[in-house]
Amino acid sequence: MEKESTTKTPPKIKGEVFIKKERCKGCGFCIQFCPSKVLAFSKEFNEKGYHFPEAVNPDACIGCNLCGLYCPDFAIFSVREKKSK
Amino acid sequence: MSVAVSNPIPVNPVEKYLRMERIPHIWCPGCGIGTALNAFIRALDEAGFEPDKVCVVSGIGCTGRVAGYVNLDSFHTTHGRAIPFATGLKLANPELKIVVFSGDGDLIAIGGNHFIHAAQKNMDITVICVNNFNYAMTGGQYGPTTPISAQTSTAPWGSYQAPFNLPKLAESAGAVYVARWTTYHVRQMKKSILEALRKKGFSFVEIISQCPTLYGRRNKFRDGITHMEWFKEHSVIKDHPIPSDINLGFRTETIVGKFLDIERPTYLDAMNDRYQRIREEKGV
Repeated sequence: MEKESTTKTPPKIKGEVFIKKERCKGCGFCIQFCPSKVLAFSKEFNEKGYHFPEAVNPDACIGCNLCGLYCPDFAIFSVREKKSK
Repeated sequence: MSVAVSNPIPVNPVEKYLRMERIPHIWCPGCGIGTALNAFIRALDEAGFEPDKVCVVSGIGCTGRVAGYVNLDSFHTTHGRAIPFATGLKLANPELKIVVFSGDGDLIAIGGNHFIHAAQKNMDITVICVNNFNYAMTGGQYGPTTPISAQTSTAPWGSYQAPFNLPKLAESAGAVYVARWTTYHVRQMKKSILEALRKKGFSFVEIISQCPTLYGRRNKFRDGITHMEWFKEHSVIKDHPIPSDINLGFRTETIVGKFLDIERPTYLDAMNDRYQRIREEKGV
């Protein structure tokens, strides 16, 4: 019983992140401050020559929208998925 | 990644408050003004004001561009005169919610006198001041908020004049709500702006922002993230500290928090009360 209580339960909250890559200026705030480390710089460039973020670990997103609050260019935001239950 | 492609990207909830034809804005990559604007828009959305009843007034400078980007009634005033314009707007139409969104060089340097007088009269306006420690739009000259020993383009051996302590200035001049946050504290900043918007009277929120292009580059904050990480590590949250203890130094700890939240009659309330009493006395 004790062992069960100490094991980490998987996150129940799920979210989805949306990125508008053509608006990004590559400051990297969303990547740096994402609490569940969902994002990373893409190897590709956008039209203006910036590396935009992409979701490398989309299943970890909890939809806290911290990326959306940090983004100075309104290029990214996340939403919490509604529970199917 | 095929999942993201199959679904069309939904509209960002902040877009209805922005003039999207003017976006992308002119602010440099890594600048904190966009974050401050983002927090302001989300606070405004949460406050639930009617957009037609909200006015944004800005002065000159990098932060002064805010008035041009918000999809509200807005005015881009001359240098330093954002608060006088906002005062006139409030007195002419007391129903409006007036927000002054400007920088430290505009509000505190050239508009410093207007700032203290609006606070002293307790004008019912919300002032959001983005403090990036220098005159960023004109090339990074030192200003009244540059900390001692920080390098700028006109202080290559370090600034030597004592900077203004903005929360202390606002508090001693008579503001009813004073808060300070850095661009790292986005959720707290949003909450403070929301409280300031709902507060009746002169409410003041200072947002400490990075300026990677001019101030940061000369002071070993090589990009926006470096400066934000520094904010993260060196910020101390304190509620109601002694005002003289919250001075901002160069690479010293930054005290942030909600510093003041009191009640005081506003200019319009005091005026109406006075005239009401005179009318009753004279029997008019």
